[in-house]
Amino acid sequence: MLQKIYDWVDERLDITPMWRDIADHEVPEHVNPAHHFSAFVYCFGGLTFFTVVIQILSGMFLTMYYVPDIINAYESVYYLQNEVTFGVIVRGMHHWGASLVIVMMFLHTLRVFFTGSYKKPRELNWVVGVLMFFVILGLGFTGYLLPWDMKAYFATVVGLEIAESVPVVGDFTKTLLAGGEIVGAQTLARFFAIHVFFLPGALLGLLGAHFYMIRKQGISGPL
Amino acid sequence: MQRGKGMKFVGDSRIPAERKPNIPKDYSEYPGKTEAFWPNFLLKEWMIGAVFLIGFLCLTIAHPAPLERVADPTDSGYIPLPDWYFLFLYQLLKYEYAAGDFTVIGAVVIPGIAFGALLLAPWLDRGPERRPMKRPIGSGLMLLAVVSIIFLTWESVDDHDWEAAAQQGEIVDVDYDVDESAEGYDIYLSQDSCIGCHGDDMLGTSAGPPVFESDYDVDEIIEIIHEGIGSMPGDQFDGSEEELETLAEFIANDGQEP
Ligand code: HEC
Repeated sequence: MLQKIYDWVDERLDITPMWRDIADHEVPEHVNPAHHFSAFVYCFGGLTFFTVVIQILSGMFLTMYYVPDIINAYESVYYLQNEVTFGVIVRGMHHWGASLVIVMMFLHTLRVFFTGSYKKPRELNWVVGVLMFFVILGLGFTGYLLPWDMKAYFATVVGLEIAESVPVVGDFTKTLLAGGEIVGAQTLARFFAIHVFFLPGALLGLLGAHFYMIRKQGISGPL
Repeated sequence: MQRGKGMKFVGDSRIPAERKPNIPKDYSEYPGKTEAFWPNFLLKEWMIGAVFLIGFLCLTIAHPAPLERVADPTDSGYIPLPDWYFLFLYQLLKYEYAAGDFTVIGAVVIPGIAFGALLLAPWLDRGPERRPMKRPIGSGLMLLAVVSIIFLTWESVDDHDWEAAAQQGEIVDVDYDVDESAEGYDIYLSQDSCIGCHGDDMLGTSAGPPVFESDYDVDEIIEIIHEGIGSMPGDQFDGSEEELETLAEFIANDGQEP
């Protein structure tokens, strides 16, 4: 049955070459923990991606309840946390997942660095990776404000003060992020938009580039 | 790829009519014990993923995500704290030569150099050598950076007053329904000093508790306002004795017209 559906689509769209491109890639011995236990360090990248997927899915569920305005944001998070079935788990996954992404990404960065895998011909993939590092820190910063509780509010005030202290572009950056002089209604709306649309969009684009390059070049060889 | 004459297409589309075989590549001649990612390796890897996911779910069940009370921008006494992965940057800005007049150094120069070097690592270290021991400068700098991040995070956690932090953010059960049309409330609102510590809703800030917290009677409240209590100074009330009494009755009656 599945085969029939596949053949039907394949006849019309010729998906076999595309599918083989995606499915065919080798796992060399030196990165396979089944052969060398120490190769578990090569799992960090995959686990980072796995947690990113968890973040995207749990985040999608959070937006089913979350209301991004200063009157209702806190109430909606409170409701989600205390009333909604499994709400506390979904929010917990998104909360702890954020930390986990950072940890895994940090470990992955260290693995790539200490195996010298950023060297020619993989320079571009390293740069894309570091850009994703920044995007994810940005996601962490903007997401922290969204529950609109005390720690969220004051951490953002401090964060924006730091951004403001940057010479030349500081004032502009602060106004751009805060949407005005104070951290308030505009700021929440902007952080929400950045957290939910701009940065995830950038992240998906960069992830695509990251995976395309690794597939094209193959993983770096044994040391 | 087939070219030239004799190509057949599906209908009037650009899809070739000839089907290509859907068979995996053969890795048997690759060096070492190479195996195919799909499906061989993935079938093993999803088990690692499953273990990881279970551990993760246990964490979320054991420790629900924290939520403090709703943001109150007027509460200037709140000690702010970013999420833990920004603590090292936050801590850096507390040191003398990275704060105050030197904020630019702590906020821009040091992180800028560190992250800039990270971004440009492939061009800063162009030698072909990949082993970490054979490129001591790069490895040394990275180790230094990692140790500094861990140290700064540690210092920041150590510096922070976690008890005060937990208390200042606590969700207070607000079951007082302050009658804002009462005379006592008007008198309270005219007292800037009280508002500074107890908030304009009388429900407290980080400098003082809700005024209704304990069950004092009118005389005790008048005494507290005259004499002060704990870290609350006395003699802050600005008005006549009658007004003070009205206010005290209002407070003793948990925010309702007595
Ligand atoms: C410097 C800050 C400050 C100011 C100003 C201040 N308070 Fe207080 N107040 C406190 C603190 C702190 C406490 C808790 C003292 C304790 O229990 O140790 C308190 C306690 C109280 C209590 C008892 C609350 C309870 O139920 O335990 C009342 C009533 C009260 N204040 C009323 C007032 C009034 C009225 C004014 C204005 C005239 C005022 N306060 C001004 C800090 C302040």
